[in-house]
Amino acid sequence: MEERPISDVSYRKFIQEGKLMGSRCRKCGKVYHPPRHFCEECYGTDMEWQELEGEGELTTYTCIFVVPPYMAREGYGRDNPYCTGVVTLSEGPRVVARIEGVDARNPESIKIGMPVKAVFNRVGEGEEARTYLAFRPA
Amino acid sequence: MAGKRKIGRGVAIVGAGMSNFGMFRDKDSKDLFAEAFRELMDSVDKGLDPRDIQAVWIGNFSNDFFVHQAHWGPIIADLTGLAPRAVTRTEGACASSTLAVRDGIMAIASGMYDIVLAGGVEEMSKRTTEEVTEGLALATSPYEGEAGFTFPGVFGALANAYFHKYGVGREHLMNVTIKSHENAPLNPKAQFKHTIRDLMEARKEKARKKGLPVPEWADEKEALFDPAFNPPVAWPMHLFDCCPISDGASCVLLVAEELAKNFTNDPIYVVGFGQGSGRGLHACPSLTSFEANRQAAAEAYGMSGLKPRDIQFAEVHDCFSIAELIHIEDLGFFGEGEAYKAVAEGETRREGRMPINTSGGLKCKGHPVGATGVAQMYEVWKQLRGEAGERQIPGRDLYVGATQNLGGTGGTCTFTIFERR
Repeated sequence: MEERPISDVSYRKFIQEGKLMGSRCRKCGKVYHPPRHFCEECYGTDMEWQELEGEGELTTYTCIFVVPPYMAREGYGRDNPYCTGVVTLSEGPRVVARIEGVDARNPESIKIGMPVKAVFNRVGEGEEARTYLAFRPA
Repeated sequence: MAGKRKIGRGVAIVGAGMSNFGMFRDKDSKDLFAEAFRELMDSVDKGLDPRDIQAVWIGNFSNDFFVHQAHWGPIIADLTGLAPRAVTRTEGACASSTLAVRDGIMAIASGMYDIVLAGGVEEMSKRTTEEVTEGLALATSPYEGEAGFTFPGVFGALANAYFHKYGVGREHLMNVTIKSHENAPLNPKAQFKHTIRDLMEARKEKARKKGLPVPEWADEKEALFDPAFNPPVAWPMHLFDCCPISDGASCVLLVAEELAKNFTNDPIYVVGFGQGSGRGLHACPSLTSFEANRQAAAEAYGMSGLKPRDIQFAEVHDCFSIAELIHIEDLGFFGEGEAYKAVAEGETRREGRMPINTSGGLKCKGHPVGATGVAQMYEVWKQLRGEAGERQIPGRDLYVGATQNLGGTGGTCTFTIFERR
């Protein structure tokens, strides 16, 4: 059983290890992503980690043409937009994440409801290196 | 839960002021607030001795970031000659100044003060567009930023969800934009004062002068579908779906109801106030509604005893075109999935059944974020008193108007109902 404290810090460390983790209320069984300290349903405070399958469907999305500085550093911009969206996981919770393997220049080709699967991508080098969560068509 | 609580002591607006909105290289936040406060002093029909003001609330989102100066409360108190009276800064992203009014209402209702100044200010244009985008993104939910969401991106995702749910498309967002641009030329304080047709003609003229091919657009929508005229920002949000970067200030004078007639024979009473909070895209219950709106509306309707059909016109927070459609459904002016039809049929135009954003909205009037909520109230004050000039809602007596203000990506929403008696 995973013993790290339930927190965003732990959650982000799991992402770096290629794991999508949520929290589960031991009292009522409700699963949350991102993890919550307290259960919204029953106010239970005894939460445990639950690894999520990373499978779900695309609930909505946008293709970003005017990009923030940290995405420009990855080479994105007006002529090279990226897609980001909301995925509803098979376990129920939603995730906001980048959507890859789709044609962001042609946003209408991307279909709400399509099945998607989590991937963990490595970007940057040396101390800048990090892993981010994305979803691709399943 | 939203109840039917009344405020303990009535509150009225007896004066209001607003600076011009725009991008001003030669004016700072103090100049802008001075402009608004000067108009407020002149607007009090029976005269105001500013020394009677007992306390000040000032909304400001992030001048800390935009002009590297925090702690705006005392600066404004000093500027207006009100130091050493108490002053408090409120922050609720783009809803910051409505929170200033809320605190003023509560202070008067509690009996702590009788006469309060509430306003807001923001100075954004000294930064580049990229920097402003980064500054505003500080008010998204943390998970959204990590996924590459920008502000327009969050609203783009909501628009796509709305399109998918109701089987509609970009032309319905364009109806909102075209309507806002129809009102804008009638507002002398607006940042943009041109209709879409004016802008199309200007573009054609520019092409002619440069000897370039002159665009042939049959109507506004054809121009808005042309990416050379209306480029994508965060699909389906395009340039003309997005409000501009702005500088500006606004303020209102709040007084206890029993004192209102000492200041004017025509006060505007605050009869309902509601505020809600909302979670990010990962946790909000619906992607075609703001839960914070629903909470705010339930509180304000409960407090006022009024129903959506009693509201004759409203200013709503159209930071992006899709937001206007969602708000007017959340507030009950139109049913779920009905707003886009109502807008297409002209119901939200000045002549329509339910005029929305007669000021030109954030889209055209401008959106200096910390000043926006009170600037919305300024418009309602003008309309209710019949002082809105060319943009006055025609052909009817106005007695109930409302403002809806949104902060962040729906993290804070307010709904305020005003009545002229």
